[in-house]
Amino acid sequence: MTTVAGPAAATAEGNTLPRPTTKNRSKARRRNQGVRTGIQALVVVLWCLLPFYWMVVTSFRDVGYTNDNTPWFTHFTWDNYATALSTKLGNNLPGALLNSLFIGVCVTIISLVVGIFAAYAAARLDFKFKGVVLGVILAASMFPGVALITPLFQLFTNIGWMGTYQALIIPEISFALPLTVYTLTSFFREMPWDLEEAARIDGCTQAQAFRKVILPLAAPAVFTTAILAFISSWNEFLISSQLSSDRTQPVTVAIASFTGSQPHQEPYTAIMAAGTIVVVPLIILVLIFQRRIVAGLTAGGVKG
Amino acid sequence: MSTSNVVAPSSTSTGKNGRPPIRAGAKRQRAQQSRWAFYLIIPTLVLLAVVIGYPVVSAIVMSFQKDAGLDPATGLFVQGGFAGFQNYAHWLLQQCQGPNGTTISCPPGNLGSTFWSAVGVTFFFTVTTVILETILGLWFAIIMNRAFRGRGFVRAAILIPWAIPTAVTAKLWFFIFSVAGVANALIGARILWTSDEWASRFAVIIADTWKTTPFMALLILAGLQLIPEDVYEAAKVDGATTWQRFWRVTMPLLKPALMVAILFRVLDALRIYDLPQILTGGGGGTGHATTTLSILVVDQIRQGFNSAAALSTITFILIFLVAFIFVRFLGTNVVRTQEAQQKGAK
Repeated sequence: MTTVAGPAAATAEGNTLPRPTTKNRSKARRRNQGVRTGIQALVVVLWCLLPFYWMVVTSFRDVGYTNDNTPWFTHFTWDNYATALSTKLGNNLPGALLNSLFIGVCVTIISLVVGIFAAYAAARLDFKFKGVVLGVILAASMFPGVALITPLFQLFTNIGWMGTYQALIIPEISFALPLTVYTLTSFFREMPWDLEEAARIDGCTQAQAFRKVILPLAAPAVFTTAILAFISSWNEFLISSQLSSDRTQPVTVAIASFTGSQPHQEPYTAIMAAGTIVVVPLIILVLIFQRRIVAGLTAGGVKG
Repeated sequence: MSTSNVVAPSSTSTGKNGRPPIRAGAKRQRAQQSRWAFYLIIPTLVLLAVVIGYPVVSAIVMSFQKDAGLDPATGLFVQGGFAGFQNYAHWLLQQCQGPNGTTISCPPGNLGSTFWSAVGVTFFFTVTTVILETILGLWFAIIMNRAFRGRGFVRAAILIPWAIPTAVTAKLWFFIFSVAGVANALIGARILWTSDEWASRFAVIIADTWKTTPFMALLILAGLQLIPEDVYEAAKVDGATTWQRFWRVTMPLLKPALMVAILFRVLDALRIYDLPQILTGGGGGTGHATTTLSILVVDQIRQGFNSAAALSTITFILIFLVAFIFVRFLGTNVVRTQEAQQKGAK
């Protein structure tokens, strides 16, 4: 290897071993490499977007052409959205959206208010059994929801809580709180804590330093964590499907049990419209905060 | 981190609050930190004890009680009472209660007789989806780790399957897999994807792989980004081929992050409920082709709490054992790897 090929070839993101005998060959090779990466990247994008695209296309297709299977928009109509949002067929998507929003906000706020202190301690303070405590919280986040459902079903039946909002909010804290603590801890570890020290040197107590210096700095981290907790609550199905009633059911349950005008005919186009309604706000939210969400997911997030 | 904490006050604030000399101060500060940490963490632990600890303990208590019901011999309604390991034997050994308190093997159609089938289905889903998601996720992550125009777009697109609720994903694939749907149109067949025994299992696997591979890719990508560029440079200079670089450099360095990602996925896959429940109606095929342990627990709840509690406890122990094997024998250190990732991310 006499040709160390200079920094140009070395930094090429490539997979091929650069053995450039002439300049031209190396150039062609790199172009090849670029094309191959491009094709693979396209596969990834299509993988992620095609099924979603299909949902959107179908949601705008006339119900008579449900199985048209043309890959672009045909027989365009807004009717499916009207059907999805109407309450005439026994569905109540608007109500379910409000329920999901309410439950999600409650779960997120409770988890944040409680979890933020634990995360601060885990990231900042030195104490005995720190590893054990973090391990317990992590284990809690991997806890199977199905192990909670039986005793809760019996308990809530006995005390008359079946189908109430609190019966949905309390179990969801079991996964939202560990998620919150873990994500926040990892964000807090990365913050510029020197500023806290500076504040303390200037005469703040630890509590004051937390409130006046750290909290404003931590706001973006807290906000990202809130989004992750909210999404995890919004997507929950197992517990809600068992403990909710028609009045309190969230969107996931509403969509799973969506009924059409014909008893044995699945109203596909309306369901796709309902799915689009549920998903689009989430996707907008996720795309806006993309970078931070990825950071939160990979650093602390453990839930899919 | 902690050292800077201890040193800093000594230089400036010795006199101010009448602080004792450095060493005692350090000790006191540590004690003070521990007290603070206790107050800050206790609400979280209490809340977790209420929402997780209480149900788990009460599930275990319930699992040793008999379900109230009709006595098969007398036809009279009887209260539960202590059951010993009867509920566990019901699931693990397919033992049902016969007349006069005898034990008979469960008749077909009884949920007890589907236990081992549910265990098999759950582990089958777990193994196949995690293998597929790991291989594809690794591939996705390697692509995203390269520098190319439009990388930001790919990284945004990858979040979309993750953001779609599983319930919606299930309905979407239910439509794709309908008899006259696009999946059959593409392959030119008329497969009953949501009711045939094996087709319905593959439908669940395909839908789950679609939804979760991107998440896996993100976790693996975070691990890839920790591998310093110069290691590859060195391997290149030494004449390693692409293939060698992947197996001898990337894989060993990626292993801790990869193992954590796989552990999380395995634990998540073992409790799969939403997809098979919605996509194949919790059954598929002969009625139990896609019945996982979680689905079986939910089916059992309305037929007897205590028996369901025993089943959910078995499920919980199974998942716990798998996690234990991972951490103990495969050397997956979750907390340490995550801390390393966070340090690397800085």
